Amino acid sequence: MIALRRLGAMVATLVISSFVIFGGMYAAPGDPVSFLIGNPENMTPERIAAVRAEYHLDLSFISQYLIWAKDLLQGDFGSSMVYQQPVTDLLGTRLPVTLSLVTYAAVLFIVIGVFLGVLSALRRGTAVDALITGVTTFATSIPNFVVAVVLISVFAVKLRWFAVSGPGEGFFGRIHHLTLPAIALALGAIAVVSRVTRQTMVEQQTLDHVEAARSYGLSSRKTVLRHVLRNSLGPVITMCGLILAGMLAGTVVVESVFGLNGIGSLLVEAINTHDFPVVQAILLYMVIAYMVVTILVDLIYPLLDARVLAGSES
Amino acid sequence: MTVDLTTPVLTATSIRRRHEWPFYLSAGVLALAVIAAVFAPLISPYSPSETDFSAIWQPAGGAHWLGTDQLGRDLLSRIIYGARPSLLGAIALLAIATVLGVAIGITAAWHRGWVDTALSRVTDVMFAFPGLLFVVLVIAVFDRGQLTSVLGMALAYAPAIAKFTRSIALEEITRPYVDAYRLQGVGGLVLCVRYLLPNLLPTLVGYLVVLFGEGLMSLASLNFLGFGSQPPSSEWGLMVEEGRTGVIQGIVGPALVPGLTIALVVVATNVLGVRLSDKLAVRR
Repeated sequence: MIALRRLGAMVATLVISSFVIFGGMYAAPGDPVSFLIGNPENMTPERIAAVRAEYHLDLSFISQYLIWAKDLLQGDFGSSMVYQQPVTDLLGTRLPVTLSLVTYAAVLFIVIGVFLGVLSALRRGTAVDALITGVTTFATSIPNFVVAVVLISVFAVKLRWFAVSGPGEGFFGRIHHLTLPAIALALGAIAVVSRVTRQTMVEQQTLDHVEAARSYGLSSRKTVLRHVLRNSLGPVITMCGLILAGMLAGTVVVESVFGLNGIGSLLVEAINTHDFPVVQAILLYMVIAYMVVTILVDLIYPLLDARVLAGSES
Repeated sequence: MTVDLTTPVLTATSIRRRHEWPFYLSAGVLALAVIAAVFAPLISPYSPSETDFSAIWQPAGGAHWLGTDQLGRDLLSRIIYGARPSLLGAIALLAIATVLGVAIGITAAWHRGWVDTALSRVTDVMFAFPGLLFVVLVIAVFDRGQLTSVLGMALAYAPAIAKFTRSIALEEITRPYVDAYRLQGVGGLVLCVRYLLPNLLPTLVGYLVVLFGEGLMSLASLNFLGFGSQPPSSEWGLMVEEGRTGVIQGIVGPALVPGLTIALVVVATNVLGVRLSDKLAVRR
């Protein structure tokens, strides 16, 4: 039931956002014909008429939207005005870079973030805790393009450990090349995840069942692993999911700094060249990616916390 | 994405008192930034656009305290002048987003019923998007520029403010003084603006200060991508972008100086915001 309602909401959001995205491009100032033809010398009346017919520019707004939406449902995102090739092919060649970058960053922020959070929760009130809290507060306040520039200037230019730009060849080459971008992308997320982990763990530690476990004489390691950490997983996983969802749409800056030819840098390029079909497709991809991840999190959550499942059935 | 920084990590009063110095330090940093913006022509040693090809990429020290960039322009002067578009942009963005968000939030909380449902649905849909998408859409449609980037960002921030305002307004409306005014025949609009809003302000201010830092950061990112202010502006994000050409050759000053300036100002606003929301919300 819950899943059905979520699905309905998702479809509604998709329809609305596709409408907004299409409407925005439709309302954009400037005649699309001039972008499509490009060279002003080719602006003959016959050519203009041909282009208008090809892109259905003479139809009303609603019929244009419906044609566009029908093509979308059939997996046809139109073709790029600049590259003269189907947008799906273009996205297909760019997606792997973005996805591997996001995956790498996700591994980093989940592992390091949870580790730091657990560490500072267990050492609460000590210098370690204060250090972690202080550093993570600072880390959320630095824009990721500044982090990226600092990383490049220290590790790529001064120390020469990493390449300045490019996605790298082969599996290990890619990991090597994506290390700095992934760190730049993950830094803020590490801070947020460690803070959420710390907070939920500190709350959990004072609960009765933890006190009880401790008074039975359960070793503190087992208490933490079985009771505190396990019960803290819910909020932590929700947060990680939200961050991951945002990241799928948030690689624009990092990709541009490190010269990675992924979805984000394609978006910047497409905006600069007024390549509207590409902009539309990428915006839609980002909306879909964001929604899919958040819905996955919602579906996983009851598996971790039986109370939510029981609550939704009653 | 908006991260909730309003919940203080340490709440015990004793711990708070010992940590009072970051608050004053941050206030000092922000005051300095504002002074730089207001009195830029008086305090900057050079003109921000004055090129000097005999002094390209000078290191810090000597005649140029922070060094020079790829055109021999004095970095310190550019940072000082850059405070204007950087701070003004963030202020404008926050002002527009606040007016929109607070209006929507209070209206939804006041009317309840279908108005609330409709407004909440709209903000939820907007909230569900990563903020950047809105801005990108606005910029793709209306072309780049300072105005479009600020407006787009304001649209992206408004839903978060609306959501926050609605939640605190719902709580405030249940208080007896609201009913008392209503019984006296005070109209809804007057009541909301004159009596309800001032009581929401203390809670709102801390949140808004933190959002200011975030907005400054997002705007700088947009400028860095080339979607906002255009050269010869010395907006800080744009300065980082222009300084990147030097980084590859090992000259880091022109990119790092504005980058660290942004970080410093944002850290200061965050410290200030968290502290203010602690201090002002103490009544609750």
